Amino acid sequence: MKKTYNDSVHFYGRIWTATAILMLLMVPVAICVHYHAWPEMQYVLKGLLGVAPIYWTVGIIEVLTYSPMLGTGGTYLSFVTGNLTNLKVPCALNAMEAAKVSATSEEGEVVSTIAIATSSIVTTLVIAAGVLLLGYLQPILESPVLAPAFENIMPALFGGLGVVYISKNPKIAIAPLVFMVLLFLLVPSLASSVGILVPVGALLAIAVSRILYNKGKL
Amino acid sequence: MTDFNVNSGFLYIVTAVIVVFVLAQSLFFLVKAARRARELGIAGATIRKTIASSALFTIAPAVAILLGVITLSKFMGLPFPWLRLSVLGALTYELPAATSTATAMNLSLAQQITDAKAFGAIAWVMTLGIIPGIFLVLFGLKKIQGGVMSIKNKDPKWGNIFMDSMFLGMISAFMGMLFADIRLGVPGFIPIVVAVISAAIMGICGVLIKVCKIKWLEQYALPISMLGAMAASIPVTWLMA
Repeated sequence: MKKTYNDSVHFYGRIWTATAILMLLMVPVAICVHYHAWPEMQYVLKGLLGVAPIYWTVGIIEVLTYSPMLGTGGTYLSFVTGNLTNLKVPCALNAMEAAKVSATSEEGEVVSTIAIATSSIVTTLVIAAGVLLLGYLQPILESPVLAPAFENIMPALFGGLGVVYISKNPKIAIAPLVFMVLLFLLVPSLASSVGILVPVGALLAIAVSRILYNKGKL
Repeated sequence: MTDFNVNSGFLYIVTAVIVVFVLAQSLFFLVKAARRARELGIAGATIRKTIASSALFTIAPAVAILLGVITLSKFMGLPFPWLRLSVLGALTYELPAATSTATAMNLSLAQQITDAKAFGAIAWVMTLGIIPGIFLVLFGLKKIQGGVMSIKNKDPKWGNIFMDSMFLGMISAFMGMLFADIRLGVPGFIPIVVAVISAAIMGICGVLIKVCKIKWLEQYALPISMLGAMAASIPVTWLMA
């Protein structure tokens, strides 16, 4: 039987991902071998204890939440290149919206992959150029005048993205939006763990949609 | 023991290898998806516009990631933060991981690391702390995508609504987060004002696209809204902070 595009993406995606995992694990190994300096296990464990419970949970939740949005190729790529919520997911959503393709279609799959691949290449090149030209760029990038612009990337991003999706689906948007605004007003400290709240918002939106759909109101 | 330096040539070589790998993987998927797009009848112009708008959209967040590299470099040198933020990482994860391990070793984040063992410990924590998600992608993605496909195939209309609901759930969480600081008074409203400006620019773009028929704006509306709101945040912060 002939392999479909999706089968082929899974095949190559797994090879790239397995290689990426191997290479990533080899980095600390190479550092320890090269410098003949293996760290004491207790420090690694103590360090991990401080971050692993939350980040392992968030990591797994991110895969379950974002992979349906990103498509197969987009997921294999963006989970290697990182920076999902602040870059890859909005970039993919924007590209699918502008190209007028549905995320559930194969057209959506390829447009999302093209957007994420482009974004990954540009990010890698910008960081590489920035590191090489750091002497010139650092005073500009760290100037107090520009600081508010970089502090407000997320509001600038989600304001524009939000208005498009909310205006398209106000009936679905209202319940999770009101819930999240109230939640953050009551517990502002949750801002540091917004990643965990993404699936909560998604589940709430899906539940409300299902009720409205069953009543024939969507 | 080899002399250790956080900015050593060895660390730059290791980083370069990983960066080239990431570029190669991205290029592979870009070519594969672009070929499939042509087979599906998606116009070459649409593919080119998707690439151009995604590139433009990425520049500002990528510069913010570069700022993260600079932040971590004061403690860990340049090559390793460059590597970590080019693969899998995000500053919101890397900084707590470095801090947690440094605290366990009684090290200060204000000074550059001089001990290879301490550097190795932090490198291990940063790597192991972020790896489970990618393992799930490796072994579970086919199953997860199969579940999504079955929802779509059972009822295509519900499949689309299901996907829109997921997008809106994510957007709601981040929109809600904008309200987290309003107890601080006027400065706490800055993120909300910036988001409203971004939404307003997006609205103007929408009018230009639909009423004035400026079709090319469709691909660039979000990057323009984001960059416009980021620029506006400078005087907004000056006025409200």
